[in-house]
Amino acid sequence: MKDYGMVIVGAGEAGARAAVELRTQGWTGAITMIGNEGRHPYERPPLSKHQLVDAAEPVPITILDSNRLIEQNIGFHTNDVAVRINRQVHTVELASGIQLPYERLLLATGANPRKLSVQGNAAKEMLYLRTFADAIRIRERIQPGQRVAVIGGGFIGLEVAASAVKKSCEVTLVEVAPRILMRGVPEEIAKLVEQRHREAGVRFKIGVMIESVDKEVGGEYVISLADGSAVRCDAIVTGIGAIPATALAVVSELEIENGVKVNEMLATSDPDIYAAGDCCSFPHPLYGGKRIRLEAWRNAQDQGTHVAGNMLGAAVPYSALPWFWSDQYDQTLQVAGLSEPTDTTVMRNLGDAGKLFFHVAGDGRLVSVSAMGPTGAFAKEFRLAELLIEKQARPELEALANPGRKLKELLRA
Amino acid sequence: MSNGIWIEACEVDDIEVEDVIRFDHEDRTFAIYRTEKGDFFASDGYCTHEKFHLSNGLVMGNLIECPKHNGRFDIPTGQAKRAPVCVDLKTYPVKIEDDKVFIQI
Ligand SMILES: Cc1cc2nc3c(=O)[nH]c(=O)nc-3n(C[C@H](O)[C@H](O)[C@H](O)COP(=O)(O)OP(=O)(O)OC[C@H]3O[C@@H](n4cnc5c(N)ncnc54)[C@H](O)[C@@H]3O)c2cc1C
Ligand code: FES
Repeated sequence: MKDYGMVIVGAGEAGARAAVELRTQGWTGAITMIGNEGRHPYERPPLSKHQLVDAAEPVPITILDSNRLIEQNIGFHTNDVAVRINRQVHTVELASGIQLPYERLLLATGANPRKLSVQGNAAKEMLYLRTFADAIRIRERIQPGQRVAVIGGGFIGLEVAASAVKKSCEVTLVEVAPRILMRGVPEEIAKLVEQRHREAGVRFKIGVMIESVDKEVGGEYVISLADGSAVRCDAIVTGIGAIPATALAVVSELEIENGVKVNEMLATSDPDIYAAGDCCSFPHPLYGGKRIRLEAWRNAQDQGTHVAGNMLGAAVPYSALPWFWSDQYDQTLQVAGLSEPTDTTVMRNLGDAGKLFFHVAGDGRLVSVSAMGPTGAFAKEFRLAELLIEKQARPELEALANPGRKLKELLRA
Repeated sequence: MSNGIWIEACEVDDIEVEDVIRFDHEDRTFAIYRTEKGDFFASDGYCTHEKFHLSNGLVMGNLIECPKHNGRFDIPTGQAKRAPVCVDLKTYPVKIEDDKVFIQI
């Protein structure tokens, strides 16, 4: 390789992990990371959780601080935007005019909140949550006694709802789909989650379309719903999903398919350009090569770490099990693997420690596990279930359902 | 910070093979491990990423995996082995006497 160096676009979870791993794996040439948020890479999961609630003004939880960047000799453009890749000459052009030569390039551009397109004079005043700056804005609006409407019953919406409840707000959650957590979460868990929110006082409007969002004189918002009812509130937080950040890949004519399209090595249609994290879709070997895109923290970390090796020539397929967690109130919810509506679901009731749901495919393979319970309580069982999935085990349904049967033993079987 | 005091943490049989339990002493919390080979180890009870009890985590070989975000540590040395943990875990000497587990804090 020439000593053009490694360039990473996007200083988030995946980008930061890749930068460090390139050094760990012995790359001594230049490494340059481009970020556009004007701050060091930080963790997003706390943004919808304790950072909305904590009494003290939050500070971002930094993944890579300046000391570490200096120690690792990683270059960092903190506030610039990569606008074009000149693939023939191997340079990335930044908004500031800088042209950065690259040997290998990583796109770790993440995703942006999907915007709700709706009638009304206040459509532009709805709040969205992706960045630390967004979290600070939302935090200022969820003050005790305020009426908060959350649009979207996905993870971020539900976590914001739980945080707003903790701050003594009156919360209404509006979901257009027939139930909350439609994407990636089995109905059994979604029901438990909804129940927990209802106990906490959250009101739900489920399966109803939104007609308009208006602001009245005096500052009150009115969300008019298709069933004729309205939600009146002081702030609206919208979380209806995320769209992969592909602008740079599109202008640079890389293949796109539900995000930047990469192969199992995480390489794009240009063999010198890779992608990792929320921005890319990849084929998953454990699920017959099914193309998926994840918006999950561990995936961003694992792909960031993994891709570094391949950028240095390793050519190892990425096959880590998808894993996601969410904290709401005193409960944790976790999902690992991918399930289909046609899978058979078996429950293992752990009593006070929560409930585990195993999802078994038609051929008897355990393909996914999901769980909900007090934070930490079901962790060991859940982890063992993950190992069973990775092993492509076909455990007996009765054994899965029986908490007396040790998963560790099923794993040894 | 070990000041040399040995304290009794638990009975040998309180911990299953390849498992970990929580042990609280005064205002501190520890994790006591028993590995597959039958060796006993002790470390601080909280993960170094966020304050979370490692005793809820899974022991695999010589590794403990934090239940919260799956950070990993090497049990005998406390070394951080997998992101998001990057700060090592403090470990404590262990001895077994009369089927009891003692740790030196
Ligand atoms: C509020 C919130 C809560 C979450 N909670 C959980 C959770 O509980 N559990 C879980 O598993 N996951 C959670 N996630 C998901 C997790 O945080 C993401 O999956 C992860 O951050 C993705 O990492 P990434 O590196 O792909 O993208 P990001 O972390 O989004 O980083 C991408 C970076 O690239 C920058 N960028 C984009 N384009 C350019 C360009 N052209 N030039 C320069 N920079 C650019 C972006 O501004 C951004 O800073 C949460 C996410 C959010 C937003
Ligand atoms: S609290 Fe242990 S890995 Fe995050």
